[in-house]
Amino acid sequence: MIKVKFRNLPTQLSLLLLALLLTFSTTTYAQEDMAAATTETAPAAGEGDAAAGKTLFNANCAACHKLYKKGVGPALFGVGDKYDKEWLYKWIRNSQDFIKSGDPQAIAVFEANNQSVMTAFPALSDTDIDNIIAYTYTPKPEPTVAVTGATGGGGGEGNGPTNNIILAALALIFLLLVVMLVLVNKTLRRIAEANGVEYEVSEKRPPIWKAFVQNQFLVFVTSIFLLLASGYFAYGWMMQVGVDQGYAPVQPIHYSHKIHAGDNLIDCNYCHSSARKSKHSGIPSLNVCMNCHKMISEYNGEEDVEKGYTKEFYTNEIKKLYDAVGWDENTQSYTGEEKPVKWVRIHNLPDFAYFNHSQHVTVAGIACQTCHGPVEEMEIMSQFSPLTMGWCITCHRETNVDLKGNEYYKKIHEELSKKYGVDQLTIAQMGGLECGKCHY
Amino acid sequence: MASNKKYWKSVEELKENSSIVETLKQNEFVEEIPTDDFLGDKETLEASSTTRRDFLKYVGFTTAAASLAACEGPVIKSIPYVVAPDEIVPGVANYYASSIGDGFDFANVLVKTREGRPIKIERNDLARNNEVNARVQASVLSLYDKNRLMAPRVGEEEVNWEDFDAGVVATLSQMTGKDVVLLTQTFASPTTSKLIQEFITQFPHVRHVIYDTVSSSEAADAYQAKYGSRGLADYDFSKADVIVSVGADFLGDWQGGGYSPDYIENRVPKNGKMSRHIQFEANMTLSGANADKRVPVKPSDQKKIVMALTGGSMSGLPEGVAEAVRAAKAELDRAGNKGVIVTGLPDVAAQAAVLNYNESSGSMAMDTDKPRLTSMGNTAEVTAVMNGVVSGSIKGLITVGVDPVYSFPHPSFADAYKNLELSLAFAMKEDATASLAKMVAATPHYLESWGDIQTKKGNFGLTQPAIRPLFNTKQFQECLLKWSGNDKPYYDYLRENWETNILAGASWNKAVQDGVFESDVELEVLETTPALNTLESSTSEGALSANSQEGGMELILYTKTSMGDGQQANNPWLQEMPDPITRAAWDNYVTMSASDAEAMGIENFNVANGALNGSYVNVSMGDVTVENVPVIIQPGQAKGSIGLALGYGKTAAIQSEMQTGVNAFPLYNNFKAVQNVSVAKANGIHEFACVQLQNTMMGRDIIRETTLEIFNTKDATEWNAMPMVSKDHMEIPVTSPDADLWDSFDRSVGHHFNLSIDLNACTGCGACVIACNAENNVPVVGKTEIRKSRSMHWLRIDRYYSSQESFAVDLDKKENISGLGSSLSEFGELEQASENPQVAFQPVMCQHCNHAPCETVCPVAATSHGRQGQNHMAYNRCVGTRYCANNCPYKVRRFNWFLYAENDEFDYHMNNDLGRMVLNPDVVVRSRGVMEKCSMCIQMTQKTILDAKRDGRPIKDGEFKTACSSACNTGAIVFGDVNDHDSEVYKKKHDDRMYHLLEAVGTKPNVMYQTQVRNTKEA
Repeated sequence: MIKVKFRNLPTQLSLLLLALLLTFSTTTYAQEDMAAATTETAPAAGEGDAAAGKTLFNANCAACHKLYKKGVGPALFGVGDKYDKEWLYKWIRNSQDFIKSGDPQAIAVFEANNQSVMTAFPALSDTDIDNIIAYTYTPKPEPTVAVTGATGGGGGEGNGPTNNIILAALALIFLLLVVMLVLVNKTLRRIAEANGVEYEVSEKRPPIWKAFVQNQFLVFVTSIFLLLASGYFAYGWMMQVGVDQGYAPVQPIHYSHKIHAGDNLIDCNYCHSSARKSKHSGIPSLNVCMNCHKMISEYNGEEDVEKGYTKEFYTNEIKKLYDAVGWDENTQSYTGEEKPVKWVRIHNLPDFAYFNHSQHVTVAGIACQTCHGPVEEMEIMSQFSPLTMGWCITCHRETNVDLKGNEYYKKIHEELSKKYGVDQLTIAQMGGLECGKCHY
Repeated sequence: MASNKKYWKSVEELKENSSIVETLKQNEFVEEIPTDDFLGDKETLEASSTTRRDFLKYVGFTTAAASLAACEGPVIKSIPYVVAPDEIVPGVANYYASSIGDGFDFANVLVKTREGRPIKIERNDLARNNEVNARVQASVLSLYDKNRLMAPRVGEEEVNWEDFDAGVVATLSQMTGKDVVLLTQTFASPTTSKLIQEFITQFPHVRHVIYDTVSSSEAADAYQAKYGSRGLADYDFSKADVIVSVGADFLGDWQGGGYSPDYIENRVPKNGKMSRHIQFEANMTLSGANADKRVPVKPSDQKKIVMALTGGSMSGLPEGVAEAVRAAKAELDRAGNKGVIVTGLPDVAAQAAVLNYNESSGSMAMDTDKPRLTSMGNTAEVTAVMNGVVSGSIKGLITVGVDPVYSFPHPSFADAYKNLELSLAFAMKEDATASLAKMVAATPHYLESWGDIQTKKGNFGLTQPAIRPLFNTKQFQECLLKWSGNDKPYYDYLRENWETNILAGASWNKAVQDGVFESDVELEVLETTPALNTLESSTSEGALSANSQEGGMELILYTKTSMGDGQQANNPWLQEMPDPITRAAWDNYVTMSASDAEAMGIENFNVANGALNGSYVNVSMGDVTVENVPVIIQPGQAKGSIGLALGYGKTAAIQSEMQTGVNAFPLYNNFKAVQNVSVAKANGIHEFACVQLQNTMMGRDIIRETTLEIFNTKDATEWNAMPMVSKDHMEIPVTSPDADLWDSFDRSVGHHFNLSIDLNACTGCGACVIACNAENNVPVVGKTEIRKSRSMHWLRIDRYYSSQESFAVDLDKKENISGLGSSLSEFGELEQASENPQVAFQPVMCQHCNHAPCETVCPVAATSHGRQGQNHMAYNRCVGTRYCANNCPYKVRRFNWFLYAENDEFDYHMNNDLGRMVLNPDVVVRSRGVMEKCSMCIQMTQKTILDAKRDGRPIKDGEFKTACSSACNTGAIVFGDVNDHDSEVYKKKHDDRMYHLLEAVGTKPNVMYQTQVRNTKEA
């Protein structure tokens, strides 16, 4: 009965773990709260309203300016200290006129920024500008990410495996119970033998496998069943060869469709513009990325620390883009050193199948998600559909063609619907199942 | 019992103690199996520690591993642009207007590019009188020639362009006072002329000489003598009712070619009228094949004919011929200013006579105000250069676009060239000249260059690059600018010249976009035209006088439709393109009349698998002998004359598969196409790659023909009768539903594509064949495969000879055959082509039968019919039983016996990265073991439909095209939707001349032909 001693061990262990977990989690929250508190209580220098200023800043200035870093224009943190307020009013309302008026400081600023012309904002009132200036005093948030990562690491990890530990403990208990049962049975038998108590001993029967082997009919049926089953599974396995549904390779740059299409609601066609007019949807060239990423040089959105998708991680991926396209952040200019990115192609149709994106996107007006799945939720892009011929055909059989407002279809539709006696035509009825439509 | 039987294995066993039987008992194999060859020698075998069991284990393991690995998909990388050019959308083709001017072919073209790669050449419909022939169509593949020069070189070393230019300028300056010749092709480029002029001002000791590899010097001389400036009289055959050609193959390459669109305009009967074309010629040419009346005559007689036609005496002409000449003269006289004579004789007097005649008869077809400027070379000048180099009086030779070491008919020119002080060659390839030159400038292809052409006075064309230079090359013009001390890029120079001298205020960008520009602007003549007294040497009668020597023959050197002057000899498409007349590819050969061949004991015969073999001859002229030239017996060849194509036999920078034929340039004495030679039979048998075995139609109506007279006077049922079949002992037309096995599909909805081929308008030029190759990634299979009838061309142009004097007589003869004796002899006779046959061409591609015999026999349903009329071929479904090909009555299906791409056994363009750039990404490259055939360019029709859907508009007639229909220069091939009742093809379908090929079979094809009408009525 020695084993009984350990009976309480799992419970103790889990309790201990739970306690540990709780301690670490609380520390994590505390840290974050502190960071938040510092941001909010930061003194708003000057008399403007920083909150209103933030809105204005994001609407008007953020396209070219950042607070702590050079963008197209200079960094604006504490700009109120550098220049006189009246000077700033004039500059912001119409910098070009101001420069032409011969203000030496204005000319100096213009020259210092490569003579790039700043958009005039005559509509901004003095208060608006004050508010913006107030916002520019918002201090740079501490890099909290690193700290959380370091301390919270242990606690964070504890969360996932707890269930596993409990499960393991339960399994262990179950095993102990079984062992105990066998031991008890054995002991009882020994006692019974010792005491001469008679107990029923089952008759020796031929083992079940022997009986099975001797029954030819059963063997026959089973082997047929096995053959059929293995045929079924072999066929199933064969049919998935070359079907790469769920294929999600590691890409040279971790590009998150979730952040772009999901969080930021960027239209698919903005980057995959050729999907509207070409058979290829096209992998966007890097200059398309740079349309936005000239300004967005770091990630400031939500993090998923557990999977390692921290701000730092994402910012680092943006740096990879800069490296590939040859963009020098410090000088805000292209170096001309380009390193084309070798993406791993996910959706591979065989060469003998012709597929045209524009037919489906522009003519049929099918949403990208119909075939590509919830891309806006995919952190790592994966192949959603099987891309098999059966999958194509099913859709062509079931989908009605939207013919409204398309002059091309007018006559054909009239005649065909008369022929088939239906109002809505499927693609198959339009000839969309013919071999030569996709294979040539 | 059975065990007592003795089985005899050979007669040897009858002999007792036969040594053979003994040996066989001991040894299982009569010959020793060369195990060492594949296992290595015995020692290594014994030294190896691998036992047989281990070996089997390894084999088993590797096989298992390999098959498991095969289940894993490969990782495919995609690399987008870093900065995408605005105009490139992946998957969408861009078209750029450009012009070719390689010294032999001049045309305005459209270049189709995909993702920045030119993949096809198309006709530029904005250009007038524009013919884009097979060679121009194929020129896109020459861009991707892996044998191209990749960098300039001085001596043996590759150098950079700065050093090269500096070196040239230094050498040129040193050579002041010495005779340096700039020997160029005809550029026909106003801007280049100006540049050369400026360059010569800078270096006055350099003189410019134009050398046309294939000369039209005599015609230009005659024109110059009469009209002052140098050029070639232009002809518009649409304005002529009677055309008499004496040795001028104007549907081929005569005076630069390009006459077929105008010619055909008046060859299709309109309102019961069409022009009449009489051809006197020695070789069978395209023009002769298309003529209403063809008279074979030797060149020496041709000159007499020209003189007789233009007002001279009829004396000295052979009987028969004199009559034909008299008749032609009468017709010309009647036609008045609607008649025209042209001649291709290399003789100034004959050319002058023709010019005078056309001028005095006021021929509307001749245009002397705006001459052609595409062949400006002068024989006398070129001969002087050739002799100057040989004698050493010329110290420097700069060649541009020409290959004199290959093409000069002087045996010691090559040696003399090596010893020149300055030998500089501008070349795209390390050709014969470039390989001997001390300095070689690598030039870009025209698709990588800027430039301009003026093919005819007032007709300008611009060349714009469609791809960045693939190699470190530099245009000749760019170099000239540099050498003249001008740092401007050639583009700026060109634009400036156009804006100041040509455009006259019109937009430059528009001109570049259009690629063509017409203007009446008078350009200053900058070229130094040779003075008339230098023309003397080329007026000698020599070659045109009758050959009196023993075994003497008159040789006519011509250019083949596929090869031209041989610039593109390394182009596999052109090598594999069958000659329209002889139907032989991968060769040049002597063409000889049957009677001459018989007299010399020369024979042509088909071997067991159908391939054609023929004897060799040696052709000699003075000390020059061209040895072992194969002979093809050519029906229609004038007796006493032979033909031989130029442009073959190149060996420098040509891959071994394409070093075909013999070089005929050594016989191009005095740069005249007609020579007196002697011919002697040589030993050996040559193997031809001839794709057509059956040369006559045996009186069948594969090509329906009628005469203009019958066409005008009789009902269509008489000359274009519908075949009848018997049902219940009643004759019913084969198209009647009662005669039909199948229920027809309803094809009234949507598009229904039909293709019409007008046999009157088809000249047989073969541009469509190359266009089809380019559009559909048709593989090149090589000479040995062609001999096995494994040609892969989706579109072939069949050529038929009549067995009697005309096809009509063939038909009569067949109809009159009765009884066994007569059928045994006369059918045999019908297989032989006549001495001077009628010739007809018929392009045949998949007929896209509505009741397709191929579809019903496919065991896997890989070929099936689409609602739009196309017979689909799903390559991925095909298992290669070839039932379909066997059941096809038109023999248009092609089987991939091998893998033709990425296979070293077929080392053509599909076997190297560069050559594969020409592939059309919209069409699959077929693999081994599948059947393929014409798809009626379904990728093009689908694209047209998609474009219309995207724009939301109905499709207009003329939008649907196939590669062949858009490549056809004469409009013979018309494609469209017959459900559109306003379409041209609908009208064609209901034309009286319409018939289907082998209509009696009842396949109901979607391809139709228009009966050929010949204007045979003698006036």
